[in-house]
Amino acid sequence: MAPLLAIEDLVVEFRTRGGRIVALNHVFLTVQAGETLGIVGESGSGKSVLCRTILRLLPTPPAEIKGGRVMFDGEDLLDAPEARLRQLRGTALAMISQNPATALNPVWPIGDQITEGLRVHGRIGRREARKRAVELLRRVGIPSPELRVDEYPHQWSGGMVQRAVIAMALAGGPKLILADEPTTALDVTIQDQILALLLDLQAASGMALVLVSHDMAVVAETSDRVAVMYAGRIVELADTRTIFREPRHPYTVGLMQSIPRIEGGAGRLRPIPGQPPSLADLGPGCPFQPRCAVASPDCATTPVAPVEIAPGHWSACLHPERVGALL
Amino acid sequence: MSVAAASPAGRAAAELARWPGALKIGAAMLALIVLAGLAAPWLTPYDPLTQDLVNALQPPSARHPFGTDNFGRDVLTRVLYGIRIDLPMGFFMTYVPLIYGIVLGALAGYFGGWFDAVLMRILDVTVAFPFLVLIIVIVAILGPGVHNIYIAVFLTAWTMYARLARAEMLVERGKDYVLAARTLGFGPWRIVFRHVLPNIANSSIVFSMTDFVLTILLVSGLSFLGLGIAPPEPEWGTMVAEGRDFIFDAWWICTLPGLAIVVTGSALSLVGDGLAQRLGERRHALL
Amino acid sequence: MLLLDYILGRLAQMVPVIIGVSLIAFLAIHLVPGDPIQIMMHGRATPETLAAAHAKLGLDRPLLIQYGRFIGNAALGDLGTSIIQNAPVSGIVGEKLGPTVFLLVFSSILAIVIALPLSLLAARRVDRAADHAIRLVGIVGFAMPPFWVGILLMLFFGIYLDWFPISGFGKDFIDRLWHAVLPSATIALFLAPILIQSLRASMLDVLTADYIEVARAKGLGEWRILVKHVLRNALIPVVTVLAVNIGWLLSGAVVVEYLFSYPGLGSLLVRAVGYRDYPVIQGLSLVFAVLVIVVNLLADLSYMLIDRRVLTS
Repeated sequence: MAPLLAIEDLVVEFRTRGGRIVALNHVFLTVQAGETLGIVGESGSGKSVLCRTILRLLPTPPAEIKGGRVMFDGEDLLDAPEARLRQLRGTALAMISQNPATALNPVWPIGDQITEGLRVHGRIGRREARKRAVELLRRVGIPSPELRVDEYPHQWSGGMVQRAVIAMALAGGPKLILADEPTTALDVTIQDQILALLLDLQAASGMALVLVSHDMAVVAETSDRVAVMYAGRIVELADTRTIFREPRHPYTVGLMQSIPRIEGGAGRLRPIPGQPPSLADLGPGCPFQPRCAVASPDCATTPVAPVEIAPGHWSACLHPERVGALL
Repeated sequence: MSVAAASPAGRAAAELARWPGALKIGAAMLALIVLAGLAAPWLTPYDPLTQDLVNALQPPSARHPFGTDNFGRDVLTRVLYGIRIDLPMGFFMTYVPLIYGIVLGALAGYFGGWFDAVLMRILDVTVAFPFLVLIIVIVAILGPGVHNIYIAVFLTAWTMYARLARAEMLVERGKDYVLAARTLGFGPWRIVFRHVLPNIANSSIVFSMTDFVLTILLVSGLSFLGLGIAPPEPEWGTMVAEGRDFIFDAWWICTLPGLAIVVTGSALSLVGDGLAQRLGERRHALL
Repeated sequence: MLLLDYILGRLAQMVPVIIGVSLIAFLAIHLVPGDPIQIMMHGRATPETLAAAHAKLGLDRPLLIQYGRFIGNAALGDLGTSIIQNAPVSGIVGEKLGPTVFLLVFSSILAIVIALPLSLLAARRVDRAADHAIRLVGIVGFAMPPFWVGILLMLFFGIYLDWFPISGFGKDFIDRLWHAVLPSATIALFLAPILIQSLRASMLDVLTADYIEVARAKGLGEWRILVKHVLRNALIPVVTVLAVNIGWLLSGAVVVEYLFSYPGLGSLLVRAVGYRDYPVIQGLSLVFAVLVIVVNLLADLSYMLIDRRVLTS
């Protein structure tokens, strides 16, 4: 079956005062209908740019889509005219943004904002919209939604607003939701509730979910497959089991070992040495090579591209066989 | 740091290279205006006050690039001499209140108590009046004339800087080192000079350029209303007011002196705008 | 309840300011060097008329009592008597209040109409040609003295094209609007650069806010985003900037009213100063200050209608 979303060879550049920056470097991905794909990486690795490229929300300039395809449900979003994109956004495609505190417009009631997409797409009238808003708020677990639908964002807590943002994404009955670090700005206890809610809703509606996170633990709990991003590239991609049992990229190992574990104690916590590279001056070789424990001299000079080392398992490491030694 | 930055000349060149375009253009315009004002007697063969009724109301020509007014005086000459009136007035009316405004505000913030309370009430009341109305009322009490305009402006123009300095002093006063300095017997001056002034210097300088423009508009505006500098002095606002009576026959008498105000004000604004960029005030980062 | 508390709180804050303002207005006549009546009469007053005038203005009583009467009468709407015009000041001033408020509203609307699209354009094209051009126009516009701009507008639109009247007030609403076009445009051209500067900054904040991207992700069109999500949020700074600059607006109005012989508070002030009509100057300074205070209060109240957060913070 054809995947719901297939990204092929996507290249996105940013023009800045300091020159050109390759924010997405030959990125490829697939998302099957109903699947949850986790995307992990440090900040600046290109996760958010990727989400915005899929929705075509990148401001151009300074960004520039240099090549590739983003096939969604059989059509290339990079070719789609703006009118068609507007039709897709808020219906088949939806996004949940990072910071609930700023995701809602402070001057309008929450209910209005949840169903605004529906009203604009001409599906329902005002009275119907209010009913739908109440219904959606109930689905995301807001108590007595009929009383709260007319309240303003500042009257709600961060966790509740994030639920409202999720309700807003659900409103159009999407086939795919892009959740860009949906829990990063929330308290730890609320984070789990929001993740559980997202998975419940996904199970109930059969939509696909792309869950972006810098936290390997979040992805481990929730995703069917995991893509690891580094310096604007996909460096490893596999199903969750495989990636945790047999990682084949040293960066993936680094991310896993920086998760605190209860049984391991503090001794096992190993942060990745060094800093993420500046995208402005990358050498010809592997971008992770300066921080890599198993790098060889050729890593700095040989260009690397992801290779399918086992069915469905991709790694962009020149020496994937050495990675096992790191575990 | 490059090698060239070591010598003073190299440092000056390096600093100049970092100036935004607005600052360079504004500073160059301002320098030209100041020079033109200083060199006025050598730049023009005419006298700004001597009347020459035979040559009255002549349109702009090679001999009189800005034409002549109803008394036959060369308008360009009067505009040049006007620099000597408007620019210094604007300068002193901006920077003298700036100095004692900062001092008063910093002291109020440092000492608090009744002094602070009184100063703040004065500030509240002063901003309740439209600036020009307050100046006009003071001029009405004291009578028109240069000295009384100075008094009126000195009474009112310091308030914004006092507010700025007071707020900054309140921030500084809460810090540990101030308590330590006070127990060691250091007075407020040390804190004012070492901590408050450096912190408000940038914003004060940027604000003051805007104030400079507004003060020139104020001086010329008062003169235009007949409450400022009286004819026959070649003050720009006075010249516009005088030329107004001949607007149908001799457009140049009132429009060209007004242009002098626009050019001078633009130069000052450009400097302010450029300084804001250079000093990092009011800056926006998009990405 | 919150709303009422807020309004009462704001009114309480105004009390010391009103006292200070009235004190300055009251003292205006007493700070005149020499005898104010003598100056008003150009030194030609006989001792008898002098004494009569002093008695009429209450100048022969102790200062504190005079101030008490001044503020008491002012609260009841009695601002004293103009000796020169031999009429109550409240009548003279009250008759000019309407035209000035009319002018202020008209010029504010014009200034917003000029500033809003330009600042939006500048914010959307940050650091590009349009932005730089608008900034330059703002810099030059800010340096243009209103009395000079007014003369240019008079020359071009009033005399050369003969589209608009260059002086006076008009009889009915349309005629008044007609007469106020050039004076209002003059004030608006002075105010617009100030508005553009602060609006550009706040538009930038709004345009880069997350909720604008969220709105796009909902599939809204740019026009709807602009009207529904950008403008309403940008209106808050418009109100603030207008209120903060009401003093400048009124200052501009004084000069412009005088230039266009527009029968408002400003031209009255200039005339009263010319005649040394101190009771009228007193009354006017009080009215001007109250106008500023009221506008700021209205601005504060209108925030709450635009943005409910004000009430809770």
